[in-house]
Amino acid sequence: MIPAAFDYHAPRSVADAIKLLGQLGPEAKLLAGGHSLLPMMKLRFAQPAHLVDLGRIAELRGISQVGNEIRIGAMTTEHELLSSKLLAEKAPLLVEGAGWIADPQVRYKGTIGGDISHGDPANDHPALMIALDASFVLTGPKGERVVKADGYFLGLYSTQLAADEILTQIRIPVPAAGSGWSYQKLKRKTGDFATAATAVMLQMKGKSVAKAAIGLTNAGPTVLKAREAEAYLAGKEINDASLNEAARLAMKICNPTPDQRGDADYKRAMCGEMTRRALQAAHARAKA
Amino acid sequence: MEQALDTTLTVNGQSVTRRIPARMNLVDFLREELGLTGSHVGCEHGVCGACTVRVNGEIVRGCLMLAVQADGCAVETIEGLSDSGELAKLQKAFHEKNALQCGFCTPGMLLAARDLLKRNPKPDREQIRAHISGNYCRCTGYQAIVDAIEEVVAHG
Repeated sequence: MIPAAFDYHAPRSVADAIKLLGQLGPEAKLLAGGHSLLPMMKLRFAQPAHLVDLGRIAELRGISQVGNEIRIGAMTTEHELLSSKLLAEKAPLLVEGAGWIADPQVRYKGTIGGDISHGDPANDHPALMIALDASFVLTGPKGERVVKADGYFLGLYSTQLAADEILTQIRIPVPAAGSGWSYQKLKRKTGDFATAATAVMLQMKGKSVAKAAIGLTNAGPTVLKAREAEAYLAGKEINDASLNEAARLAMKICNPTPDQRGDADYKRAMCGEMTRRALQAAHARAKA
Repeated sequence: MEQALDTTLTVNGQSVTRRIPARMNLVDFLREELGLTGSHVGCEHGVCGACTVRVNGEIVRGCLMLAVQADGCAVETIEGLSDSGELAKLQKAFHEKNALQCGFCTPGMLLAARDLLKRNPKPDREQIRAHISGNYCRCTGYQAIVDAIEEVVAHG
């Protein structure tokens, strides 16, 4: 199985890649890890005339801390996230989430930027980014703009990224010390997308929730931020009653697509259950 | 006119230069251009793991990497890793534990198992299962494959 013919370009810098995108126009597609795009091309869901491979641009890789912010190059692989000491210490939610993605072979190639830019609600990074309050650096012919993860995802395969722009960097504010975290994902088997998954960051103050951030994977046409559940939890203790109500509020905004993983009611129920479990696990890890 | 690119890579230690169509998969290049048919072509869209090869020290799906992306890379296949003896202990254990029936998945399984043992010489069964989770076997039910890898963990 081979894709339709295309021309291949391998620029060595972001500037060259932007220039190429400008010259080639909307028939060009960016290639990151290729583990979503290449299967789509083989199946003829996508037939770009040009592929611009970002794999040779060294400046797009790496994880560092600048001030109170973690900066991750868009072409950093899932395997690199999993092996990062900095992330394990400062943003372990991202390490836990990356471990839930596909299998080792995919994680050596798949990139955080590709996962986000693809705009697939079944991908895992969008919900992790919502929970971590991340921002994305979008670089285009006129320079850079920084947009929040909350609001970046517009719909199925649709994001704020313009056709002449490249997602170059992910910026994550270092979570407050003592924050709890969890990514709970229900999937039928390795390599499958989530039936439902929930990412949670949780700050406690004494016995009460100071702040909760909740992202829902594969619960609608795009990643969902469970705003009502977040607002409800503020000031509450974590107990059966508050967990049930938060799960109910998360389920309320779900609009999952029925498929071989289950019908809408089942997926909605599983979103509630993953939300409950993620809050519980985050609570157990949080230090007041 | 379909685009082809001059591509130079190392395959099992030997330098190879070819003009390669942009859309050719790495595994197809290895099999059809170089005759290295040990890497198998199963699902062809990144699910089954039969096409697993090692590129710059990391195992990847040969069906989801373009051959032109391997320009400048060091590619290793089941042929090279068998000849060098790197897989010998695993191959012996697979043989002794009956860890294959039809053998279609075996080259990919061996590469995935070796990748695990390189990074973690003492994995438990759960970790073994997790690391070969991107490789399908339709014959054995995996039990014997995990047994074989565990054998190498236990006895080297």
